[in-house]
Amino acid sequence: MSTNPTHITAPVGTPFIEVVREFDAAIGLVFRASTDPDLVSQWLGPRELTMRVVEFDARAGGRYRYVHTASDGAEYAFHGVFHTVTEALIIQTFEFEGAPGSVSLETRTLDDIGGRTRMRQNAVFPSVAARDEALGAGMKHGITDSMDRLAELLGSGAVRQGR
Amino acid sequence: MARTPEEHDRLDRAFAALADPVRRAIIARLSTGPATVNELAEPFPITVQAVSQHVQVLEQAGLVTRTRQAQRRPVHLDPAALEAVTAWIDTYRLQAERSYRRLDAVLEKLKEEQ
Repeated sequence: MSTNPTHITAPVGTPFIEVVREFDAAIGLVFRASTDPDLVSQWLGPRELTMRVVEFDARAGGRYRYVHTASDGAEYAFHGVFHTVTEALIIQTFEFEGAPGSVSLETRTLDDIGGRTRMRQNAVFPSVAARDEALGAGMKHGITDSMDRLAELLGSGAVRQGR
Repeated sequence: MARTPEEHDRLDRAFAALADPVRRAIIARLSTGPATVNELAEPFPITVQAVSQHVQVLEQAGLVTRTRQAQRRPVHLDPAALEAVTAWIDTYRLQAERSYRRLDAVLEKLKEEQ
């Protein structure tokens, strides 16, 4: 199974995040995996956390809500409403319940590229600040975390000794 | 995990380059898309020349590349070089990446079932 790169573009000073990714599967399967709750729960999520789908009614006007549980018991819940659901186009709202009121609008298109599928997802946040927060929170955490790990690695001598 | 001496050298250079807060901020900025040195310099209270020197260090460490587009010379993150060191830089991208890899696996399973 090959791994296709994920391209993320988030131009400075805009409220947008665009994600483009190709999949080695037909458009019908990608659509199914994106709309069937049993399948969605197997892959969707910001981290390798336990995922619980509370509701996932992928049709125009339907709602979704899912909860990720971290190993320390912390819960991260997300919900939204589907506006448009077709194979080629899904439009939905997205809200992290940890930042209530900051609702982004997601437009996801699927393109058949010769039996494979290109997914393009555009998220529009209510403000540049909200976008930066969504993007930056993870990054800041990642950098801090990584510098800690780097310090440990350098301290242990593992880098030089090639453990 | 065994690494070749070249990989160690590259990691050493990358980590040394990233041991500076301005250069880490530049990398974080570039993880959202390419930018010119002038654009990179905007958020910092230091000169464009100083930022240019930081970019050179990152370039020598193999973390960024510069392309020529007419008069612009945008700086890009080098995805291949970053593969080794980015596990901790861009969680947003990694989170998306992880999800999509799991989706790849789900799709493989669906294909087998057909």
